[in-house]
Amino acid sequence: MKYLKDVATLKFDRDKCTGCFLCVYVCPHGVFTEDGRKAAITDVDLCMECGACMKNCAFDAIEVQTGVGCASALINAILTGGEPSCDCSDNSSSCC
Amino acid sequence: MTPESGGCPSKEKEATKNKSEKCCEPAKEANKGESCCSPAPLQKEEETKSSCCAPGSEDDGDSCCSDTTNETFSTSDIIDRVDGEWSLSDYWGAFKCRVSGFRNSYKVKPGLYAIGKPDGNSDVMVSANYKLSFDHLRRAIKGMDAWILVLDTKGINVWCAAGKGTFGTAELIKRVNETDIKSRLNHKRLIVPQLGAVGVAAHEVIKGTGLKVHYGPVFARDIKAFIKAGYKSNKVMRKITFGWFDRLVLAPMEMRPAMKHFFWYAAIIMVFFSIGPEGIDFSAAISSGLPFVFTGMASLLAGSLLTPVMLPYIPFKAFTIKGWLAGLAATIVCIKLMGDVALLLMIFSLIFFPLVSSYLALQFTGSTTYTNMSGVNKELRLSLPLYKWGGIMSIILLITFKINQWWLI
Repeated sequence: MKYLKDVATLKFDRDKCTGCFLCVYVCPHGVFTEDGRKAAITDVDLCMECGACMKNCAFDAIEVQTGVGCASALINAILTGGEPSCDCSDNSSSCC
Repeated sequence: MTPESGGCPSKEKEATKNKSEKCCEPAKEANKGESCCSPAPLQKEEETKSSCCAPGSEDDGDSCCSDTTNETFSTSDIIDRVDGEWSLSDYWGAFKCRVSGFRNSYKVKPGLYAIGKPDGNSDVMVSANYKLSFDHLRRAIKGMDAWILVLDTKGINVWCAAGKGTFGTAELIKRVNETDIKSRLNHKRLIVPQLGAVGVAAHEVIKGTGLKVHYGPVFARDIKAFIKAGYKSNKVMRKITFGWFDRLVLAPMEMRPAMKHFFWYAAIIMVFFSIGPEGIDFSAAISSGLPFVFTGMASLLAGSLLTPVMLPYIPFKAFTIKGWLAGLAATIVCIKLMGDVALLLMIFSLIFFPLVSSYLALQFTGSTTYTNMSGVNKELRLSLPLYKWGGIMSIILLITFKINQWWLI
């Protein structure tokens, strides 16, 4: 399943990539693939902005605005003025 | 907390005491828990349940399960020897986690566990201290000899905890060093669940511990195949799925909060239809109000159950539109079943109920495995004004209907 088109903020700098391919191993949606000696993006619309690739890129080749893709978390943030967080408390809608 | 005030510290003390006793042969398979050779005595499943760390306990970070209680005990001790079998209470716990807030207190104590008879060549698998995550892992590696390093994720599963940062680089480095797991190993491998990568930076872990992170598969069931393949996951193992069964299992968690609001809605609707120019009319509440209570329930189910289960089959990618379509279909069916409906109430129904379904479907974004924040933000930007104005319009229509009804009388 794929979510909305052209919204994901994922950016990949191929010049900085050293070909460790950790991004390929950590992405749960196969957004990255091995392309010769470097990584490459297959389909940016598959990105769920979890940030695992960016976190594990030691060479700053990946940039993405991470956050919870959870409406209740974002609505709570709007209502409280705080940061959106996946608060799995009994009183909130589940996001985990 | 003193050792006397809770169960866990005294058990730890006992473990340390037993460990110091001189001993002989390795634990036998049949009664390995009773052998004094185990690094720590085996706690039977029932004993684990009755501890302060047991599921259902109200303990939080300040409980005996927290680090603060370990101050007088060596944190390098093994907390427990476990096996891969699930007891009936494990199954019951897993079920309760799916249908209630029970999961918020379903924890195991963070630290080092042993499954089978691990030695220096055995793998170290990292997990969260949400008991369901832990149980899935130990069941998946049943029959293996391995170490399980449980991080303190405040009782939250690996993926969510990684998003929050509790299943993270700092906690992993801290637990590796505190448990001194390295001293037990002849290798430098740490198997971290792939979904934990959201919070863990492998290049920082190696700097902080000297151990190399190998990201395992998404699902614990693939761990054995992952190890067999030389600590490499293939494309299938790396991909997260979100099948109809996952969606069906997650749907009740979205329905629970919606149900709380539904009872308020039902009460308001019944009162609304019972008020007449001559006072309260209960028969009017039943005959006119009940159909709208049922339509409300239909829209709730359309948004929080039908849409999640039928997700790939409902057109469009936006959850707001999927939910709206499901709600519209449910509303049309209900109107048809009602038969003779006043025009104003019909317009109210066609505006209000599909919007309710749309809103509830949007809440399911939190349970999915593929939505992103940018997309949900976009949906919210476009839909929140519609919900607001739709709600206002619905109230105006209901009031207009009531005034019109009284006027005609």
